[in-house]
Amino acid sequence: MSAIEIIPLQWYITLSALLFGLGVLGVLFRRNAIVILMCIEMMLNAVNLLLVAFSAHHSDPHAQVFVFFVMAVAAAEVAVGLAILIAIYRNTRTTDIDFLNQLKH
Amino acid sequence: MKPILILTGLGILTLLAELFRFRKALFPLVIIGLLGALAATISYAWYDDGAMGAFINGMLRFGSKEAVSFPMITSAIIITTALLWYLMQKDFLSDESNVTDHTALVMFMLAGAIILTCFSNLTMLFLGVEILSIPLYVMAGSRKNDLHSNESAFKYFLTGSFASGFLLFGIALIYGAVGSFDMNVIGEVMMDSAKAQPAFLYAGVVLLLVGMLFKVSAAPFHFWAPDVYQGAPTAVTALMSTVVKTAAIVAIANLFLSKVLGPLASFWAPVLAVCAALTLLIGNISAVVQTSVKRMLAFSSISHAGFLVMAVAAVGSSMAPRAIYFYTAAYSFASITAFTVLLNIIKAHRNDNVDSFNGLAKKNPLLAVTMTIGLLSLAGIPPTAGFFGKYYIFAAAFSSGYGWLAVVGILASLIGVYYYFRLIIAMYFRPADETAVTVSSTHQVLLFVTAVFTIVLGLLPDLLLNISAMADGK
Repeated sequence: MSAIEIIPLQWYITLSALLFGLGVLGVLFRRNAIVILMCIEMMLNAVNLLLVAFSAHHSDPHAQVFVFFVMAVAAAEVAVGLAILIAIYRNTRTTDIDFLNQLKH
Repeated sequence: MKPILILTGLGILTLLAELFRFRKALFPLVIIGLLGALAATISYAWYDDGAMGAFINGMLRFGSKEAVSFPMITSAIIITTALLWYLMQKDFLSDESNVTDHTALVMFMLAGAIILTCFSNLTMLFLGVEILSIPLYVMAGSRKNDLHSNESAFKYFLTGSFASGFLLFGIALIYGAVGSFDMNVIGEVMMDSAKAQPAFLYAGVVLLLVGMLFKVSAAPFHFWAPDVYQGAPTAVTALMSTVVKTAAIVAIANLFLSKVLGPLASFWAPVLAVCAALTLLIGNISAVVQTSVKRMLAFSSISHAGFLVMAVAAVGSSMAPRAIYFYTAAYSFASITAFTVLLNIIKAHRNDNVDSFNGLAKKNPLLAVTMTIGLLSLAGIPPTAGFFGKYYIFAAAFSSGYGWLAVVGILASLIGVYYYFRLIIAMYFRPADETAVTVSSTHQVLLFVTAVFTIVLGLLPDLLLNISAMADGK
């Protein structure tokens, strides 16, 4: 029995849900764009943890492959996100998202 | 599979165009490539072996026996819309210094959209959504020095990746309950009602639903759409409200109207019905008070998402899938018309207020007439395609016991008539100003084609519906 299987599945689900919830709260309430990007990463990594735990539970490797896809996509996504953030920073000299209300009437 | 290969190949080829300096040949090349992808999609109708159209270990299915038509027809609609869009955006991409990059992004995005029409594995759902979204974040921010474009891109990026998180968590929980990402296996487990499902399966379905509702901008997850649509360059807004919306709603239909999550309909259909009603009311009522036509079209696009979600909620009706693809076709063609006219107005007037449309009928009758046809179709007035789109969706809602939802839909369309007609009245009954509005010959052809499509589908809706009947019969 490998280490990941010793701890009951329920604990992994709880831990992942907690991490995911923290990420969601961070995205909703933090004002700094970089911190928000980190919170989104936390959400995705909570899912990765959950997938690996389920994978061990079902003895099925598919979810572990999926985790690699998630990592690759998350890297691509954060690259685009940081690029957009740099464009904003060049125009506004701030990474505070409260500045992003030019389109409100 | 062939259309996906053609589109990604085309994307790589356009990147090479920068390297080997055949940028001039880009426009005809992309047109030929898109026509090729369209032909490849339609050619699936003539396959007749049982295992047809299953690719990459069955992760993509262009047609198993029971669902032969839907992926094919929706792919064809998406590629046709993209072709029309490509004719429309000529100015947008040639204004940019890095035209090849943006064209390549659009091609990759289209490959993602095609994946969403035919995925048969939740891995492919996730990858399709991301391939569809990530190029669009870049496109929305393509005016690097324009703060509005920046803001639009960042908001789109934030809500998009936030929604992806929910989608992923939902997929993970469903995987945990079922032990497979394959949608056929999931469908079998769902059908097997004797086995009690763990509670987190239902949580997974809800999270999946939240993620997808974000993507189609349905209430209560629509708040990002008006700002994003308004801030992005108009050509990109047109792409978001046609191709992206179609792909996202088709993905929802693939999940919820099929045997995958269909067996749980009593659990999610009421939720979707409430979301549809909210979306319809919020979209239409907010559109009424807008003075910017671009923002008005953004809210109108939210309300059309409401109609499409209504069709998914009408899961009990066998009409629902057909209503969805007919509606997306009608809506996409009409939107392309409206955005083409809007592009020309913005070019001439440098703003997109309703007042800019004053007296357009005298200044440029072609623009005014085609815009009227497009707006009538969006409002759902016969003899345009939009009327039958709405009719089929209301019929589906009634026959699956959502009469109240259809009534909300009819009320919402009445509100819609008000703000669409405000533009028509401005074009025909207000005095014209001096600004001349000229239209390029490409746009003239495009407007003519989309208007003819809209009228023909409105007079002979069976043309599109019977294609599916023919394919179903195989």
